[in-house]
Amino acid sequence: MLERAIILAASAVGAGLAMMAGIGPGIGQGYAAGKAAEAVGRQPEAKGEITSTMLFGCAVAESTGIYGLVVALILLFANPLVNLL
Amino acid sequence: MNVDVNGPKIMFRIPVAGGIPVTETIVNMWAIMVVIVALCIWLSRGLKMRPTSKKQIVAEKLVTMLYDLVENTMGKRNLHFAPYIGTLFTISIFGSLSSLVGLRPYTADLSVTLAWALVTFMMIQTLTIKNRGVGGWLRGFVEPVPFLLPLNIVSEVASPISMSFRHFGNIAAGMVITSLLYGALAGLSSVVLGLISHTIASIPIFQLGVPAVLSVYFDLFTSFLQAYIISMLTMVYVAGATE
Repeated sequence: MLERAIILAASAVGAGLAMMAGIGPGIGQGYAAGKAAEAVGRQPEAKGEITSTMLFGCAVAESTGIYGLVVALILLFANPLVNLL
Repeated sequence: MNVDVNGPKIMFRIPVAGGIPVTETIVNMWAIMVVIVALCIWLSRGLKMRPTSKKQIVAEKLVTMLYDLVENTMGKRNLHFAPYIGTLFTISIFGSLSSLVGLRPYTADLSVTLAWALVTFMMIQTLTIKNRGVGGWLRGFVEPVPFLLPLNIVSEVASPISMSFRHFGNIAAGMVITSLLYGALAGLSSVVLGLISHTIASIPIFQLGVPAVLSVYFDLFTSFLQAYIISMLTMVYVAGATE
């Protein structure tokens, strides 16, 4: 019982730590959005192109954050460690 | 408070080879596929040389938009990929948006997005071999220097994984956050209404309207964006393979 409790507690902490992966994409996407705002300010007629390029870049930059999220989801909802006991 | 976050439920089993499980994902996907096919048949019936109905104008606009997007991204010589890209976009967006009518979105299942990404992966490899020959395909792994061989293999294998995880992760995260929010709102309304009377405490009154605000982002925006991203990435990778 105690071993199980330790594993569950550690998994919860691990899921929280895995979500720290969200820091990087947050900074990156904010930077991309800022640059896109600058670009629109400089060239308002290219707004559509800039927006789609920015969304594309943001979504690609997001993947590291998504990896962290997948790890956290696995730890919370499909924990493989509990079965190891 | 009752938060229900699960994988897709098994609806029934096909009694072959020890019972093949058929999950909610497959059932929902077939239902959506029927809807899409019916929509396509309805949109493409009774077409005229000069469009007279609104239906045909909408259909022509959609097809023109798709072909323009493919031409701008992949170039004119790859225009024959447009039907595949359009199919991918349509099935992805209908799947993600099906959460709006209460179905479990099948794109929140990794097997679906991984299957799409693997189709794209096989397409990339086949086209590369077709264009450069087997020797050229193998030589691509030791460029620019042979020392980078393991890294090239990893980056080649990582592209379908990152593509599928991105789509799955976004939709699944939206689903998890929405169900957490529903649980929290039920808890909040039972606390607030419990102060007034115990008989009405179980009515989750705050669940009315409040989730709709988040739904605009997690359902509408994310669905459109992820469908756009997966078809865009497919186009970029495939166009790169045909050079």
